[in-house]
Amino acid sequence: MEKPLTQHISSNHPWLNLKDYTNVGGYQAVHRALKSMTPEEVTKIVQDSELKGRGGAGFNTGMKWSFVPMDDVRQTKYLITNADEMEPGTFKDRLLLEGNPHQLIEGMIVSAYAIQANISYIFLRWAYKKAARIIEEAIAEAYAAGYLGKDILGSGFNLEMHLHTGVGRYICGEETALLNALEGKRAIPRSKPPFPQVSGLFGKPTIVNNVETLCNIPHIVNNGADWFKALSMGSDAGTKLYGISGQVNKPGLWELPMGTTVRELIEEHAGGMKPGFKFRGALPGGASTDFLVTEHLDVKMDYQSVAAAGSRLGTGTMVILDDHTCPVGFVHNLEHFFAQESCGWCTPCREGLPWTEKILLSIENGEGRLEDLELLEMHTKYLGPGNTFCALAPGAMEPLQSGLKYFRADFEKHIHEKKCPWDEQRNGSHLY
Amino acid sequence: MLSPKEIKRLDQEIALVPTRKSACIEALKIIQQHRGWVSDESLRDIAEYMEMSVEELDSVATFYNLIFRKPVGRNIILLCDSISCYVMGYKKIYQHLQDHLHIKFGETTADARFTLLPNACLGCCDHAPTLMINNDLYKDLTNDNLDEILKEYR
Ligand SMILES: Cc1cc2nc3c(=O)[nH]c(=O)nc-3n(C[C@H](O)[C@H](O)[C@H](O)COP(=O)(O)O)c2cc1C
Ligand code: SF4
Ligand code: FES
Repeated sequence: MEKPLTQHISSNHPWLNLKDYTNVGGYQAVHRALKSMTPEEVTKIVQDSELKGRGGAGFNTGMKWSFVPMDDVRQTKYLITNADEMEPGTFKDRLLLEGNPHQLIEGMIVSAYAIQANISYIFLRWAYKKAARIIEEAIAEAYAAGYLGKDILGSGFNLEMHLHTGVGRYICGEETALLNALEGKRAIPRSKPPFPQVSGLFGKPTIVNNVETLCNIPHIVNNGADWFKALSMGSDAGTKLYGISGQVNKPGLWELPMGTTVRELIEEHAGGMKPGFKFRGALPGGASTDFLVTEHLDVKMDYQSVAAAGSRLGTGTMVILDDHTCPVGFVHNLEHFFAQESCGWCTPCREGLPWTEKILLSIENGEGRLEDLELLEMHTKYLGPGNTFCALAPGAMEPLQSGLKYFRADFEKHIHEKKCPWDEQRNGSHLY
Repeated sequence: MLSPKEIKRLDQEIALVPTRKSACIEALKIIQQHRGWVSDESLRDIAEYMEMSVEELDSVATFYNLIFRKPVGRNIILLCDSISCYVMGYKKIYQHLQDHLHIKFGETTADARFTLLPNACLGCCDHAPTLMINNDLYKDLTNDNLDEILKEYR
């Protein structure tokens, strides 16, 4: 089984420096692309590979690039890596950043070449201190070796690369909010259109891609679109970094063929549920995805199959809900996060999320009324897609709407019994 | 007043961006690094140097949770309170911190040794519960290893 993204990353070894990386064939894609391919050919091969963005939305990467205007050769354009990874339950980009930074840098050089961007940024979240140190060093190595800077490998292509570390806030990961943060503003999403591909950072054409997305690029350029598609066992191409956290025997992160089933992930890779804990449900791809439950264990973890099961692949890092954890408390924790992280620009999100959070807390505390469930359902509609400037509020409604659907009996029990049924068997998550 | 050292760092950042203002988050970060937090006085200093109004700069400063507009202790504990850490029992860790340091979220110990803050997912959910102290990440927390960890910070 091929693991292009993580094959050289090992927890027993330090990160791959430039020498290690070139020893295992690194930077060949830069040579190939810059010396023997046109930018359009690079975009075409990425589009043909059917690589979809790994940041959560799953948009075809090559298609996204194809919207960048290519006629004015002197125009400033930007390529940005979104390394803000803050979706609760998500810990995949950290591995790629800390383990093999040159793979990302190479992906960025090739991608910048495809859209003819001459300035690039890595937008890294504050908490990733180790990654910041490593990337800083790797960028310096890449400059020294002539992979960054002016006239890269004599191709005439120039690229500057900067590391920018954030100062908190989940919303910085939304790509247009990220642009505002880079411009030194409050990180509030922008109204679209215009899309960043046409008018992005400082009003210039800009592509924002996720870390995992860009790490795939060198491999696609080296091995071709068909090779990439053949890596998958599902209906979307490539491999995927899958993760599991919660009460399983071996929580962790694995690169596996796209389309690996939920069951295989939990039972084989995560070693099954811990003794004494039962599986009740899972958020397949971070906090802003709908629950999957027992009936979905054989769903393939690819964009189309998870969507057909009523959820989203999202970031592909799963959070497990077990039978010792109260589903109402679980969903309350999520909505607390979203309410806190709302940027406050649109009213449904700014006002609706704190309301949702309060209702859930009162139910959890045994002070809920049956009408509250209707009120929560109303919120899932008013905060849903189409009513807000960005996907934060609709994302926040996903675990709520599916939680109400699959765990309704638990919600009702709280209301009827006027207490949390999990109060007595605390596992630590219910101390208050 | 900005020190010559601070001004040097600010100028380096300003040189990298198309407009002076767009370096203002970097400016806040630099001043916080030097002074520990961003007081009203610091805010006025930066705003003047960045050629923006104090209000505009404050609207940026208060947006970001890791720019501190209130004094903080010598060491900052960021305890993850997001979902995987919730499932794995971050509240036990929080209780332990409260019992030992006698502070709640948002508070600083009387000797200014620690400030305790909640933080969203630290991106290490397979080793929940987690926390950071200053620049260091700690994972797979238990009440026992927590005591050892805290000892390192004076
Ligand atoms: C609230 C919010 C937070 C987001 N956070 C991230 C993030 O941390 N990392 C990321 O890559 N994408 C994040 N996204 C998705 C980005 O907006 C964008 O779709 C993505 O970076 C595009 O890259 P991709 O096409 O390679 O996936 C977020 C979206 C929203 C609405
Ligand atoms: S949905 Fe929420 S986070 Fe997104 S723009 Fe509106 S207020 Fe901001
Ligand atoms: S939820 Fe705590 S580290 Fe991710």
